[in-house]
Amino acid sequence: MGGKHRRIGGEVGWRVGSSSFATAFRPFPSRSRFKMSSRRNRVSEEEINELISKLQSLLPETRRRGAGRASAAKLLKETCSYIRSLNREVDDLSDRLSGLMATLDSNSAEAEIIRSLLPS
Amino acid sequence: MYRRSFKDTRSSLGSPNPNFSKPMVALRFLRALSLVRRSGLGACSPSYRARGIRRAAYACMAASAGPRRAWSRALLRKIRRRPGRGLRRPRAVIWRHRPVGGGDRLEVALRRLVPGGGCMEYCRLLEEAADYVKCLAMQVRLMQTIVDSASHV
Repeated sequence: MGGKHRRIGGEVGWRVGSSSFATAFRPFPSRSRFKMSSRRNRVSEEEINELISKLQSLLPETRRRGAGRASAAKLLKETCSYIRSLNREVDDLSDRLSGLMATLDSNSAEAEIIRSLLPS
Repeated sequence: MYRRSFKDTRSSLGSPNPNFSKPMVALRFLRALSLVRRSGLGACSPSYRARGIRRAAYACMAASAGPRRAWSRALLRKIRRRPGRGLRRPRAVIWRHRPVGGGDRLEVALRRLVPGGGCMEYCRLLEEAADYVKCLAMQVRLMQTIVDSASHV
C-alpha cells in the first residue's frame, strides 16, 4: 500500500520533475522553435533579398535567365541544381585525374598552373 | 597532410584568411595529389584512387577557405570522421537539431547540399551557400586546368 502510493507519487514527481528539468536543461531558448516566417520578418526582407541577389550573381550566365531578378524560389532551385552539377563535375574530374595520375608529372603540372594563374 | 594544412589556417584565425587565393589552393591541391600518388594509392583500383582524389579536393577546398566558415569546418569534420578512430568527444546531440520546424522544400534541399547547413539560420544559410558555390566553382576550374595540362603533355 505504502509502496504503491510511494510509487505513484514518485511517478508523478518524476513527470513533473522531467518537464522542468527538460526546460531548465535545454541549451537553446524556446524562441529557436518559432516558425521560420516570423524569424524572416524580424531579420528584414531587404537583407534576404540582398543575399539572394548575391547568390544570383554567383550563378553562371546560362542559369541566370537573363536580366531582372527571378523569384527567390527559382533562384534557390537554380542554386541547388548548380551545386549538384558542381559536385558531379568534381566526381567526374577526379575520375579523369585518377586515370591520368600515371602520366601526371608534378613539377611540370605545377609550372603549368603557376604560369596560367599568374596575371603576367 | 590535411591536419598540417588545417593548423596553418588556424594560426591565421585573426586575419581575414590570406590563404584563399587561387594559386594557394592550386599548390595545396597539387601537394595533396602527389601525396596520394606516393601513399601507394596509385597501385589500387582507379575507383578507389578517384575517391581519394575527391576527398583530397574537398579537403583542400575546405582548408583553404579557412576555419571561419561554417561549411568548411563541417566539411573537414565530415572528411576526417573515421569510425572508431581514437576517443570520441561526447557531443551534445542537441546542437545538430534544426532550429526550424520544416521550412519549404527548397530550403530543406539547400540545407542538405551545403555542408553544415542543418542548423543555421536562413540568412546564414544563404551566406554560406554563396561562399560554398564560389569555392566549389573555383575548385572545379582548378581541377579542369590540371586535367587539361596533364592530358596535353
